[in-house]
Amino acid sequence: MKSSDTLQSSYDVIVIGAGHNGLAAAAKLAKAGRSVLVLEAAAEPGGALVGREFSPGYRSAGLGHILNRLDAEAARDIGLDLAVGRSLAPTTALDGSGRAVVLRGAYGEEVEGVSAADADAFYRLRKKLIFQAAVLKRFLRRPPPRLDGVSPGDIAGFAAAGLGLLRKGRGEARDFLRMLLMNVADVADEYLADDRLKGLLAFDATLGIHLGPRSPTSLLGLYYRLTGEISGKPGGQIVPEGGMAALAPAFRRAAENAGVTIRCNTPVARVLVDRGRASGVLTEDGTEIAATVIVSAIHPQKTFLDLVDPAESDTGFIRSMRNLRSHGNVARLDLALDRLPTFSGLPADARHGRIVLVRSMEQVETAFNPAKYGEFSPDPVMEITFPSLADPSLAPPGGCTLSALVQYAPYRLKQGWESGKPAFLKILLDTLEQHAPGIGWSIAAADLMTPVDIEREYNLPGGHWHHGELQADHLLVNRPINAASRYATPVEGLYLASAGAHPGGGISALPGWNAARHILAGATP
Amino acid sequence: MRKFDAIIVGGGHNGLVTACYLQRAGLNVAVLEKNGWVGGAATSRELTPGFLYSNCSYVCSLFRPEIMRDLELPKHGLQVIAYEGGAVFTRDGDYLASYRDHDSHRREFSRYSKRDAEAYDRYARDVTRQCRFIQPLLMRTAPDPFGFRPRDISELLYLARKFGEFGPQEMAQTLRFWTMSIADFLDEYFETDVIKAYLALSGIIGTALGPMSPGTAYVLLHHYMGEVDGSVGAWGYARGGMGAVTQALARSFEASGGTIRTDAPVDRILSRGGRTSGVVLEDGEEVRAPLVVSNADVKRTFLDLVSEKDLPGDFVHRVKHFKMRGSSGKVNIALDSLPEFPALPEGSACIRGDMHFTDSVERMERAYDDWKAGRWSADPFLDMMIPTTIDPTMTSPGKHFMSCFVQYCPPKLAGREWTDADRDAFAETVVSQIAEYSPGFRDRIVHMEVRTPREIEREVGITEGNIFQGELTFDQLLFNRPVPGYAQYRSPIAGLYMCGSSTHPGGGVMGAPGRNAAIEILRDLKRPTERMSKAHEVV
Amino acid sequence: MTTIFAEGRRAAQTHILTPRLETPFHARLAALDTLNEWYTWSGCKAPHALSDPELEYFAIRSTAALFDISPMVKYRIAGPDAERYLNRLTLRDVRRLAVNRVHYTAWCDDHGHVLDDGTLFRLGETDFRLCCQERHLPWLLDSAFGFSVDIREETEAVAGLALQGPTSFAVLAAAGFGDVQQLKPFDSTTLPHDDVSVTISRTGFTGDLGYELFVPRARALSLWDRLWTAGAAHGIRAIGYDALNQARIEAGFIVANGDFITADGALRADRVRMPDEIGLDWLVDPDKPHFNGRNAILAARRNQTLKNILVGLEIEGNIPAEHALVYHRRKHEAGIVTAGIWSPTAKRNIAIASLERPYGSLYKDDLWVEIYALRELKYQKMMKRAKIVPRPFLRLARRSATPPGLR
Repeated sequence: MKSSDTLQSSYDVIVIGAGHNGLAAAAKLAKAGRSVLVLEAAAEPGGALVGREFSPGYRSAGLGHILNRLDAEAARDIGLDLAVGRSLAPTTALDGSGRAVVLRGAYGEEVEGVSAADADAFYRLRKKLIFQAAVLKRFLRRPPPRLDGVSPGDIAGFAAAGLGLLRKGRGEARDFLRMLLMNVADVADEYLADDRLKGLLAFDATLGIHLGPRSPTSLLGLYYRLTGEISGKPGGQIVPEGGMAALAPAFRRAAENAGVTIRCNTPVARVLVDRGRASGVLTEDGTEIAATVIVSAIHPQKTFLDLVDPAESDTGFIRSMRNLRSHGNVARLDLALDRLPTFSGLPADARHGRIVLVRSMEQVETAFNPAKYGEFSPDPVMEITFPSLADPSLAPPGGCTLSALVQYAPYRLKQGWESGKPAFLKILLDTLEQHAPGIGWSIAAADLMTPVDIEREYNLPGGHWHHGELQADHLLVNRPINAASRYATPVEGLYLASAGAHPGGGISALPGWNAARHILAGATP
Repeated sequence: MRKFDAIIVGGGHNGLVTACYLQRAGLNVAVLEKNGWVGGAATSRELTPGFLYSNCSYVCSLFRPEIMRDLELPKHGLQVIAYEGGAVFTRDGDYLASYRDHDSHRREFSRYSKRDAEAYDRYARDVTRQCRFIQPLLMRTAPDPFGFRPRDISELLYLARKFGEFGPQEMAQTLRFWTMSIADFLDEYFETDVIKAYLALSGIIGTALGPMSPGTAYVLLHHYMGEVDGSVGAWGYARGGMGAVTQALARSFEASGGTIRTDAPVDRILSRGGRTSGVVLEDGEEVRAPLVVSNADVKRTFLDLVSEKDLPGDFVHRVKHFKMRGSSGKVNIALDSLPEFPALPEGSACIRGDMHFTDSVERMERAYDDWKAGRWSADPFLDMMIPTTIDPTMTSPGKHFMSCFVQYCPPKLAGREWTDADRDAFAETVVSQIAEYSPGFRDRIVHMEVRTPREIEREVGITEGNIFQGELTFDQLLFNRPVPGYAQYRSPIAGLYMCGSSTHPGGGVMGAPGRNAAIEILRDLKRPTERMSKAHEVV
Repeated sequence: MTTIFAEGRRAAQTHILTPRLETPFHARLAALDTLNEWYTWSGCKAPHALSDPELEYFAIRSTAALFDISPMVKYRIAGPDAERYLNRLTLRDVRRLAVNRVHYTAWCDDHGHVLDDGTLFRLGETDFRLCCQERHLPWLLDSAFGFSVDIREETEAVAGLALQGPTSFAVLAAAGFGDVQQLKPFDSTTLPHDDVSVTISRTGFTGDLGYELFVPRARALSLWDRLWTAGAAHGIRAIGYDALNQARIEAGFIVANGDFITADGALRADRVRMPDEIGLDWLVDPDKPHFNGRNAILAARRNQTLKNILVGLEIEGNIPAEHALVYHRRKHEAGIVTAGIWSPTAKRNIAIASLERPYGSLYKDDLWVEIYALRELKYQKMMKRAKIVPRPFLRLARRSATPPGLR
């Protein structure tokens, strides 16, 4: 890391936030010959990918569990040097009965643990969803379409999507328009009989989104997952070699190799704007640094409600920005264990994958109910991984770490998280005990991060890793809000490039990479 | 064996609308109705002496004025009267009223929040803009995006042009509006819970969704896009109850020479070689016609009345998965005197409007959680009105008819069928909610008719008692309603058409599906349609 | 606290018994009124005229007219950021508005469409009053995000009177408010009245010598009486809106939702207007710090996408052309007359019209107005030549003479 005395007084580009999107944008811009400075508030780059020591000798590997949507072209383009390995990680659904459903290959190319009929039904549904997701995918790698005119690129995009749809005939094309805004529950009910499979789909569709499986449009969450691919396989997921903790350093190397200057422990206090034009930033330590392009790779609300003086934005813009729904629903539990726990029914060769504790779609829906009223789920659903399996350095020898993403845990808890947290933790540990009897004895430490803790730990307003709901009304031309939906914003020279920008969150590098390409192409709002 | 040019299966309001238009176009039309009366879910019946009930639907706004005029319904006795707003009672003994007068409305809202009182204007403007967009679409056949016929293409272009009229920002806002929950939408305008609850109710009525479900902002539109004499969004009573609508239609139909047969339940629709030739009644009688138009819902039509082997497998599959879960019940009450609501000041006009007891969005949503779990809501949402305060012709003087629309009420209780005891317990839930706000209410009750989805299905014939003949979610709107590729009133069987609320633009006593079906039929017959009014221009 | 609040809320239920509010001056107006012709202004009963609208008009131009402006919507905006807040909210540079000064201004939404126009009073370094036609509380509150500012609506709490006409200063002087003598146009001052203070500004909506007075509601009637008594010898006369409307057209002033549709009220996308489209381009200050709509307004100027223009017309003949269609070369529809009268003082047939560019901007000649005069149940249709003329249609030296004249 370069020291402060080497900092110039001006750069071509300043990127705010060294999350993976910020680093991807920085790398792309630097590769195009721009001088780029990345300013990061935290002590090291990586944003939500950075792990932390949650108990002496035990580290977490960042907020993410698996890699399932890193855009291959973007990764190549920015020179991301990451050993992804070859074998895809499985997903196991456990309902507590000891009978596991295992999805192997890319999102269940093969399914184990269900009847042949159910497996066939699942393959049919999977095929349809992957076909439909492929149609949507083409919209993720370019800015959302313009509404104030017709651009040849947009027309080509829509035409290609239409033709892609018709490739399988009118029937499939019509079915796409029917299903697009459906809820995952009705779709799953139509195809599947197995409660665990339905529960798994329900969980995957809603994880990180304030919807239940029965909420209309909840299928979008599953589509979004299936627009991701690993090694060309839609729906595939892996844990990279060295575990998820390998990601942040890889992004950092890519940026530095491209010539980016990264400066940590340097929170930005203000984006300097005068009459609609950004000219630089003011750091909290009082340093002014000039740049004609400012790329904000942090939460859009933090950007425009805090860093940019609201006096420099229009009232309607501020109003829309404040209306961006961005309250997280997911809590993160890290356990320090003195040995690898045994989950009943979990095949040994599925331990390194994703484990979802879910009984049924109804369970997910019922777990969602309290979240609507600012209460946590008394019977939550969760996704588990053992990060120390891929990265033994995370735990002392013989020990093991367990990481769980749990929903639903609303950011605004009516009773307050101070009293809510111990109560919720107890529920979680009880749930784990049911699935892995005896696990309680091997817990050396348990660390629960509510969305409020996640907000604090990762500078993530609302504790929402998508930086704004990934729901139909906050997508595409409305992500994060219409007036800032094509990376450029009403403030000339200020661009958005975080998960809050199109296409959304997850470790894809797309918001950052798209934004950088758009800037290089001479973006206008 | 009688032979007609066209048979309408089911004498609901849409069936009668189609019947009227076809008869006026020169066809010899018969309406076959299973009940001893026509009207479907728009009826007025005297279930206890001296009291006329609007048994199912109870207010009138959506019914298209173009149809009233084409079919001369005023001449045949239809009169629609606008009514004053109404009120939500709050748990602290106050209420939030809705007044027609703009300043009074503002001052009423400002009792709760000055900001909300003024925010209402922007809210009303935004919703009205959406209404203006959608109104012209109600009386047009939805284009098939993958039909590639000239009419489909020109209608798609029409849609694109209408959408383009919004301008870029409003287009983006429209995309949000169509996919948002009414709760989230209201949060962007208002801060006061009771105000949000009052405005949210139109987003859930008749819907198997809670106010926090995406898509309910559109449902709100479905209730706002009506009008009373050009006043968009206004609601009115049909004089003599909702049966007056269908009685006027029936009289108009008969006056133009049409045949109505009641107590004539259709057992099946005949089809041979992919073409229909008429119907067979339950008593075995055959009634022949080259055209059969079903006013029954899409499930009843294609799963009960048509043989599955006569239909493509995909089509049957889609019909089976068409969602029409009932979500509401109805408690109709004959009262020997006007109930008192101590929260209302003496002489308040609110008693002449629609009254509610759900003063928060959360209570509304929790009521929906019960439905999801297969229970009727322990703390239900009521849309309660006393039409006799405006239309005293429904009862003898001084007596009153009260209509309570109740949500939520599932078609089955945790997977099992309703029993009579369940039904009575459901009614008790409703009555006790009213009695909490109206002392002595129980003593005024002369008679009560309780309708759960079971009763609605039994009498009206709507599968699962869904009042819209199919839920109003995106996958069942426009070109998806009821089945993609069959959203233009035609079915896979030549000569068999659909005209009920299962088709575009959906439920409510609107008549638009019936009218649109008639146009498509006349087009197929190559008969002129000029005498059918086009949708009134929105200026 | 909650209970007290709920009590107040319940007490307010009775508002429905008086759907139209009476202004603080209603007792005096009602006593003078002979016509009983009321209309609704912002929810208040306001008179079209009290006796004879024509004579009331002449009171404005020859003596002193007293007009109740209490229903005008008034916001009090105060706090350390009030100036910065208002500078972002409105078009003109509020930094240049001195204490005890007033300026006419307007404000826009993000798209540069005018939400309203009004007058901004700087009562103190950090204390302002904004007066306008429509209600804007949600917009004003939402605009306050990020500012330390307190916004209160004081429409009902503050009574307002306009005293307009050549003897208006004489009336004030006779009433003991002689200190207003030093006020130049758009100056304001605060003077004692009946143990409170009254804010008097040299402003108005008539283009004549005139003043506006604001006083707490409780002292409204005593202020009225004070002026009324003093004004007896100076021809004071209470007037209704019909008379004022004639004077404001002569002065070339526009009225929100009369001469343009406010952006918050417009249902139809093409009805909204940018400042440049309603003659308010002179309010826009591109050099001051950012303000709402700035990007959009400057972009429209740069890209020449302005669609409309507001012009003053002088029309041949003497038939008022209100709401008549305007044509170019007698056949191309060019716009609509939003307000028009025969001016009794200028002796010209004048009108304000909204034209669709390039009419009015590029094509300024050969304009015609199609007037339908309804005479004994028959339209007399006439095509009259119209000429674009500058506003105001009437310039009176006494309007700005300081010290003001006494007659």
